[in-house]
Amino acid sequence: MRQLRLMVTADIVESLRTRWFLVYLLVFGGLMSTLFLFGLTESRVMGFTGLSRLMLTYIQLTMAILPVFILITTVRSVAGDREAGVFEYLLSLPVGLGAWYWGKLMGRFLVVFLPVVAALAAGVAWGALVKGAAVPWALVLYYCGLIMSLSACFLGIAVLISSLARSSDLAQGTAFLVWLLFLLFIDLVLLGVMVKQQLPPETVVAIALANPLQVFRTAAMMLFDPKLVILGPSAYVILDHIGRTGYMAYALVYPLVLGLLAAFLGYLVFRRSDLP
Amino acid sequence: MGEVVQPGFGRRLGVGRRCIDRDNGMIRLHGLKKRFRREDVLRGIDLEIGRGDRVALVGSNGAGKTTLIRCLLGEYTCEGEVRIHGRDPRHHRRAILARVGFVPQLPPPIRMPVAAFVRFVARLCDADPGRMEAVAERLGLDMARLRRRPFVKLSGGQKQKLLISVALGRDAELLVLDEPAANLDPAARQVFYQLLAERRDQAAMIIASHRLDEIAALVNRVVELDRGGIVLDDRVDDSVELGSRLQCRVVLTRPEPAFGKALAEWGFTADGEGLAWEGSVAGPDRLRFLGVLSRYAAVLGDLQLTDPAEVGRERRATGA
Repeated sequence: MRQLRLMVTADIVESLRTRWFLVYLLVFGGLMSTLFLFGLTESRVMGFTGLSRLMLTYIQLTMAILPVFILITTVRSVAGDREAGVFEYLLSLPVGLGAWYWGKLMGRFLVVFLPVVAALAAGVAWGALVKGAAVPWALVLYYCGLIMSLSACFLGIAVLISSLARSSDLAQGTAFLVWLLFLLFIDLVLLGVMVKQQLPPETVVAIALANPLQVFRTAAMMLFDPKLVILGPSAYVILDHIGRTGYMAYALVYPLVLGLLAAFLGYLVFRRSDLP
Repeated sequence: MGEVVQPGFGRRLGVGRRCIDRDNGMIRLHGLKKRFRREDVLRGIDLEIGRGDRVALVGSNGAGKTTLIRCLLGEYTCEGEVRIHGRDPRHHRRAILARVGFVPQLPPPIRMPVAAFVRFVARLCDADPGRMEAVAERLGLDMARLRRRPFVKLSGGQKQKLLISVALGRDAELLVLDEPAANLDPAARQVFYQLLAERRDQAAMIIASHRLDEIAALVNRVVELDRGGIVLDDRVDDSVELGSRLQCRVVLTRPEPAFGKALAEWGFTADGEGLAWEGSVAGPDRLRFLGVLSRYAAVLGDLQLTDPAEVGRERRATGA
C-alpha cells in the first residue's frame, strides 16, 4: 500500500510538470472561461438556461475533447518515458510491478479527472455566486460521475495500448485509430447511416451500447431530452429495454468497467513482457 | 572460484587478488538467452559473480551489455536462469532490488525536484535520504541550492552525481554501473573512486563500458561480451588502490594556454611562468590523465608521477 501511494504521488508530481498537462489545464480552463465570456448562462436552448445550459454545452465539448486528449497524451508520455530510459531506471528500484502499474494509473487518473471537474466546479461556483443562478446539484453530480467514468474508460484503453505497443509512433497511431473508430460509430456518423439503411435495430443498439463515446453522448443528451428524440427510432429500443434511470446507471458503470477491464488486460501484458 | 568461462576463450591470471570472502553464489547466470524478434542478443550466458568482484563488463555497441544488465535487474524476460542470492529478480523484485544500486548510462528525464526524487527513492528502498544527500555533497553537489530544481534541468554531470549518490547512499550489495564516470569531472571521479573503495569488500560491482581503458583501474575482473556471448572472463591485477592519489609534476617546454586550461580542469596549479604545473591525480584515473597529456606530447618537457604511499613503503623496506 505504501508503494502504491508512493507511485501515485510520484506520477502526479511528474505529470504536473509536463507540457501536456499545461495544455490540458489551458484547454479546460479556457473552455469554461469562453463559455462564460459568450454569456452562455444567459442563453436558452430547448428550455434550458442558466447553469444547466452551461453544463450541457461543457459536457458535450468535454466528450469531444477528453477521450482523444487522454488517449494521445497517455500513450505518448508512457511510450516516451519508456524510450527515454525512465522505465529502465525506475523499474530498477524495489517497487512491485502491481504497485508501479496501478500507482501510475491512479496518479494519471487524478491528473486528468480533477482539472475537468475543477473547471466544472469553478463554472458552477461562478454562476451561483456571481450570477446568482440556481445550482442543479443532481445534474452537477451526474456529470461529475460521467466525466469520471469516461476518464477511467479512455485511460484504461490508453494504458492497454501503451502495454501492447512498444514504440511511441505505433502507440500514438493505434490510440488515434481507436478514437477514430469510436467516433465513427456514433449516431452522427456511421450509426446514423446504419439507421437510415434500416439495419436491424438490435445491431445498431448493440453498437450504440458498446461504444463508450455513444453511451456518454446518449446519457448527456438524456438529461435535457428524456425521450431521446434526437436519436430517432433507436431511442425506443433503448428506453423500452433499459429505461431512463437504467440507462443513466449503465452510462456510469459500463465505461468504467470497460476501462478497468482494458487496464487489467494491460497489466497482464505489462507483467509478462519486457518492462523497459 | 566458480567462474564459468566459454570454452577456448577464458583464462585466469589471479594477479594481486585480495583475499576476501567472495560469496560466489551472489549472482548466477546459467544458459541466459534473450531474443528480440529474430535476433539472438544473448546466446547462452553462463557467469557467476561473487561479493568483492569488481567486474568490467566490456564489449562494443550491440554486444549485449545493456540486455544482460536488464535481465539481471529483472526488467527483461529471458530464457535460462538468473539468480541473485539464489532468487529470481523478476519474481522477487522488491527483496532483490532493495539490495541493488543501479546507475544508468543515460540519466532518465525525471521531472520531479531533486529533493523529492531522493526522498522517493529512499522511501522505496527503506533507506536514509540524508545519507544519499551526504554522498551527493561529497561528490560536489550543492544540495541546498539544487533541492527544488527538477532533476531533468540538472547538467549531465550533476545528474550522474545524483544517480551515483542514490545508488551508493544505501546498503546495496550489488552495484550495477553503466559508464558511471563518463560525465564526472576529475575531482568528482576521485570521490567516486573513494566511494567504490569503501564498498569494495561488501559489494559486488558490475561496471559496464565499451572501453576497457576507462574502467580498467576500477576492476579486478574483466568479462567481455561479443555478439551475445562471453569471449573473455579474466582476473586482472587490482593492485591500484581505488582511493590512492598520485602526486604529479608536469614541466612544459613553452607556455601552452590550451594545455594549461586542461591541467587547470584537473586541479593543477602553475608557477609564475606557466611552465611547471603541480597537482594530484586519482590512482585509477592515471590512464585517463596520461591520455590528456599525450595530446600535448610536443610541449612536454618533464613528467613525474609519484605514489606517496608506495614511496613510503619502499623507504620502510629499504630502511631509509
